[in-house]
Amino acid sequence: MSEQSKTEEPMPLYEVFIRPKAGLSHKHVGSLHAIDDTMALHMARDVYTRRAEGVSIWVVRSNLIAASDPVDKDMLFEPTASKIYRHPTFYEVPEEVGHM
Amino acid sequence: MSADAPLFTYCLRLADSALVLGHRLSEWTAYAPTLEEDIAIANLALDLIGQARLFYDYAGKIEGQGRDEDALAYLRDDRDYMNLLLVEQPNGDFAVTMMRQFLYAAFAVPYLAALTRSKDETLAAIAAKAEKEMAYHLRHAGEWVIRLGDGTEESHARAQAALDDLAIYIDEFFEVDAVEQSLIDAGIAPDPASVRSAFEATLAHVLGEATLARPAVRTGQSGGRKGLHTEHLGHLLAEMQVLHRAHPGANW
Repeated sequence: MSEQSKTEEPMPLYEVFIRPKAGLSHKHVGSLHAIDDTMALHMARDVYTRRAEGVSIWVVRSNLIAASDPVDKDMLFEPTASKIYRHPTFYEVPEEVGHM
Repeated sequence: MSADAPLFTYCLRLADSALVLGHRLSEWTAYAPTLEEDIAIANLALDLIGQARLFYDYAGKIEGQGRDEDALAYLRDDRDYMNLLLVEQPNGDFAVTMMRQFLYAAFAVPYLAALTRSKDETLAAIAAKAEKEMAYHLRHAGEWVIRLGDGTEESHARAQAALDDLAIYIDEFFEVDAVEQSLIDAGIAPDPASVRSAFEATLAHVLGEATLARPAVRTGQSGGRKGLHTEHLGHLLAEMQVLHRAHPGANW
């Protein structure tokens, strides 16, 4: 076993992403503790795909994710509320295009 | 002995090993070291109990006496059970459970792969399903054996002790009696000798990574195929069968 897989914490936290089927994106489904990356994939398979939820799994150490600060919520997200013209809802979709 | 008697016996042996190991694993439910492993072990247990049901169901049909899977699982005593001795061994600590699972899966994977080529189509179909499940058991238990063996001083000592205790049950995997020989000759059962090299290669690889030493075994323990068990099986069956025996035909 490589030194890298012997992590400093015995059971670090991982975030789990599942692709429900081919063509769809991986989606965050939850988190778990595991001894290393390989075992995190095992645990994700056992904990989150028991009812045929997916065809592919990603796991990533939670402390490797850079996250926005909740304190910045207003600064980051509020300005978009007044810019409804960014939503493509002002266009008439021709009948022939069908469901988009 | 009817012409189908060896096949009936053979199906029961496969079923008994799967059920007893599945039941052992189910004993971990709500006790496993972590929530994640608790669910993982329950999944392994369910795989094995599912395999047992298929083998029992087929055995009951071959016998033709109207015994269903419940009758075969819950209404036979320990002397009638023909599972491998390895699978009835108590859970011990986590290292014992994972080592037991690893040894069984290391044999089951190549053995079931060979059984998929059986001339008996039902057995071949059950083996095809079971082989995929056991491949995951082998990977999961094998990865744990590596991490426990090549882990801390304590986990290494526990994994080595588990291997030392369980190694005496390995040779029984490869025993062939008259019942099995007749099915091997008929192309229905695989010859376990044909999967020994695959089994040994798996052990050498995983135990090597785990820095564990395979103990020398002078005389392997056997007898499970003849219904001669260690003292542990009776207790396991008592707990597993009590509900069905107290309330025959009980249903959810």
